[in-house]
Amino acid sequence: MLGLNSKDFTLFLVVVVLVIAAPILLNPFPSDSAFAQFNAGYPALMQRFVIFGILVIGFNILFGLTGYLSFGHAAFLGVGSFAAVWMFKLLSYNIVPAVLLSVIVAGLFSVVIGYVSLRRSGIYFSILTLAFAQMMYAIAYSDLLGKFFGGIVTNGETGLQVYNDDPQILMSPGDPTVPHLFGWEMNSSFTWDVGGWSFVFQNGYYLSGILMLASFYLAIRIFRSPFGLMLRAIKSNQNRLAYTGVSSRPYALAAFVISGMYAGLAGGLLAAMDPLTGAERMFWTASGEIVIMSILGGVGTLIGPILGAGVIKYMENIVSTINDNVVHGWFAFMPDGIENILVTVIHPFIGKGWHLTLGLVFMAVVIFLPGGLVEGGQRLGRLFERRKVEEKPPTATTEPAE
Amino acid sequence: MGILEVKGVNKRFGGLQALGNVNLSIAENTVHAIIGPNGAGKSTLLNVLVGKLIPDSGSVMFDGQSVLGRKPHEINQLGISRVFQTPEIFTDLTVLENVMIPCFAKRDGAFRMHAIESVGHEVDIKTQAETMLADVNMLEKSNMHAGSLSRGDKRRLEMAMCLVQEPRLLLLDEPTAGMARADTNNTIDLLKEIKAKRDITMAIIEHDMHVVFSLAERITVLAQGTPLVEDTPDNIKGHPKVKEAYLGEAAH
Amino acid sequence: MDDIILQILNGLDKGSAYALIALGLTLIFGTLGVVNFAHGALFMVGAFCAVTVQRLLGLSHTIIDESQKDFLGNPLKIEVPYVEGWFGPEMGQALISWSVPLAILFAIPVMIILGFVMERGLIKHFYKRPHADQILVTFGLAIVIGEIIKANFGANPIPTPAPAAFSGSLDFGVWLGFAENAIIYPYWRLVYFLFSMVIIAGVFAFLQFTTFGMVVRAGMADRETVGLLGIDIDKRFTLMFGLAAAVAGVAGVMYTPILSPNYNMGMDFLVLSFVVVVVGGMGSLPGAVLAGFLLGILQSFASMNEVKSLLPGIDQIIIYLVAIFILLTRPRGLMGRKGVMEE
Repeated sequence: MLGLNSKDFTLFLVVVVLVIAAPILLNPFPSDSAFAQFNAGYPALMQRFVIFGILVIGFNILFGLTGYLSFGHAAFLGVGSFAAVWMFKLLSYNIVPAVLLSVIVAGLFSVVIGYVSLRRSGIYFSILTLAFAQMMYAIAYSDLLGKFFGGIVTNGETGLQVYNDDPQILMSPGDPTVPHLFGWEMNSSFTWDVGGWSFVFQNGYYLSGILMLASFYLAIRIFRSPFGLMLRAIKSNQNRLAYTGVSSRPYALAAFVISGMYAGLAGGLLAAMDPLTGAERMFWTASGEIVIMSILGGVGTLIGPILGAGVIKYMENIVSTINDNVVHGWFAFMPDGIENILVTVIHPFIGKGWHLTLGLVFMAVVIFLPGGLVEGGQRLGRLFERRKVEEKPPTATTEPAE
Repeated sequence: MGILEVKGVNKRFGGLQALGNVNLSIAENTVHAIIGPNGAGKSTLLNVLVGKLIPDSGSVMFDGQSVLGRKPHEINQLGISRVFQTPEIFTDLTVLENVMIPCFAKRDGAFRMHAIESVGHEVDIKTQAETMLADVNMLEKSNMHAGSLSRGDKRRLEMAMCLVQEPRLLLLDEPTAGMARADTNNTIDLLKEIKAKRDITMAIIEHDMHVVFSLAERITVLAQGTPLVEDTPDNIKGHPKVKEAYLGEAAH
Repeated sequence: MDDIILQILNGLDKGSAYALIALGLTLIFGTLGVVNFAHGALFMVGAFCAVTVQRLLGLSHTIIDESQKDFLGNPLKIEVPYVEGWFGPEMGQALISWSVPLAILFAIPVMIILGFVMERGLIKHFYKRPHADQILVTFGLAIVIGEIIKANFGANPIPTPAPAAFSGSLDFGVWLGFAENAIIYPYWRLVYFLFSMVIIAGVFAFLQFTTFGMVVRAGMADRETVGLLGIDIDKRFTLMFGLAAAVAGVAGVMYTPILSPNYNMGMDFLVLSFVVVVVGGMGSLPGAVLAGFLLGILQSFASMNEVKSLLPGIDQIIIYLVAIFILLTRPRGLMGRKGVMEE
């Protein structure tokens, strides 16, 4: 179906269902229960799930397939956001030109940066991309372009946003004053109250979700295409590939630009959800976060990037809000002494310390589970299957020994 | 007029004359071996043939076109395939994918943005690759990871990857280096089999005499960067100059 | 002219820090073949060793001084550091004042032990894994170390002054015949530069003149052959890692009066030090030192007002521009050897 084999199609269908039903699935606890703070089904967080999903899906096309580890990918996200906000400032709050321009601008940047960086491989490539990204961050953070040409380009520390006196030449009087798709406002939503639950279905989330599904679909096609096969061959053995008659650099550059455009799309969408941006989106820690997401989920797998982005964004938004009182609540049934010890032990890993948890989880994945959560799932699956086989009586026909 | 013509090639590294006035002509549909003791310039010559080293003077023409200074993928597209000392294959991919890549390269050239079509729908390419694998008796291993193959099978796979492109010249760089006697004999049999089935020109760079005399139809002996003699294996065997080149060194 | 000298001097202390970190990075890369993204964190841990020592020496107890009264007429409570009680007031004050240099004594064993634990416990298992994996795991480690420091010391920079004896500045220009106050250079920065020269010279001498250093250099050139000779290279490499960690640590200790340490400083320095290593040439020790000073000085030139008015913000991007330029024109860096990190 849709040009996918049945396994990929099933996977795609599962993701479609998850995206559609997320506002319900991610809200398992009634709003007034003690666990309500673990609900992730609110629009601002769900938007991040799908937008960062797009970003990491794109990153995975580069890193997962070709093995080139870019440590500066957030730069493309950043230029995407800046391009989108500029469209809001100049034209109108309609997101179509904004998102289109962010993809195009990020694509142009990645052609230049990719062309230069791909002349080196391995660690040198990583450092080159890092250097380019840090340079772009420095330029954006102190608005060097603005100082150079006069006026504002990135607006430095303050960040770029839309002001009332901006031209917005395509804006007619009745138009919404928030980002919208031909009048369909991104931040308006429909709330469905049922029992103790309240589910929020937001336009912006669904638009990002649809674009994420489209990106995911395209990524599957790329993975299964001859182009994708060549990219995997680059990762495996460039020397053999060259002597097979294939020039690996245009392939790698194409992958770099595609992933850069994915990042631009994500950046444009971030701005479309909330029409402001700043240089910190391009800082190297943001690039590091992309790398962490993709490793955590499973490099080179289809579903891994979505998983990785989801887990990290969940931790960032949920684990960081757990405080000592909450933990006291969990262990209240225990004797006071034990309760206090437990809280003391857990304390460094929650709330503001969630980065520590992140670092430890990330290290554990790199050390023990190089294939990320996807590999973890597969191992569990195999374990489960083996159990099942053991429970069955041994069959008479065994596989012939080799 | 041979398919590969090397004329007056010189190459110096600092004070060392690695290649001195090398002339060599490889005729179509022959197995031509280039032998010589260590340090005779075999590797340098090979690097010149694949465009990696540019000689100080002289020319290397393949079917009327110069190969000098060309990139590896351009060399391949002229019709030259290469087998390495240690098999160079795509260890992360399956055996079938390994053979499909050269098929794509042959059909699509150095770069083609084939990003939406599915590999699974490329029936022609798949048939071509499977026919080749059947030809080297590896069809039943199609779905194995190439990295998990035995060393002999890796060599076989690499051979298949080269042959599926129907190269006009197959360069073999010490194809049995570091192999046990049994593996060496298997490789010799494989090459003989390949030669029997199709018209192909092979240039073998080798120092193992057993391999050379089992396969070659013409032999060039290289010593101190210069071709000493070029003749049939039978004539080479008793040639006094060859004995001197090898034994003379051994006598020291 | 005096401007130029001033900028060179200003670049020296930053360059010294870059050089010291890059030196350790190169040692680790050259000997162990590991790209250590946690090296900046070691520099930062060193800086916090200084903070720790300062706090330890400053530990005090309250006594009631009957001879002094506060404005209500009650006896004044004063804090007296324990060291003053043990060594007498003068000696005690001196110890507190000199806490940064003293912290070196504390930092060296701490860093060596930390280095051993890192190498034996984690990095050892990554020798055979791809460079990307090494980058990732050490990157994770850097996050963890940073967060542990943050949990214990907070997120704000902690001022850690230099000994009072070095708090002034040197009027360097007068020596060279310029007008007074034309070239002012803080004493501590001079100390830092001299200190780094001593450390660098020490490391080079160690590698040049000891058997241990010879084996390490041989190992850097060709790891497998040295292994075949029956020399237990792994044990030596562990020591090497400890040494590199100690170099980064003491570099961090001494840097605290120049830049108040916070848990993020490691990463800032790491990114720049990597650029330094790449510019100098991966695996070349002299290259790392040379590039460290070169880039430090270049950076301070780029922050001159004359340059900045011409090209605003060039000071923030100059290092990266140079790195990109060098990598594209001299892929092996200024002094890189052939065959290092090349496929």
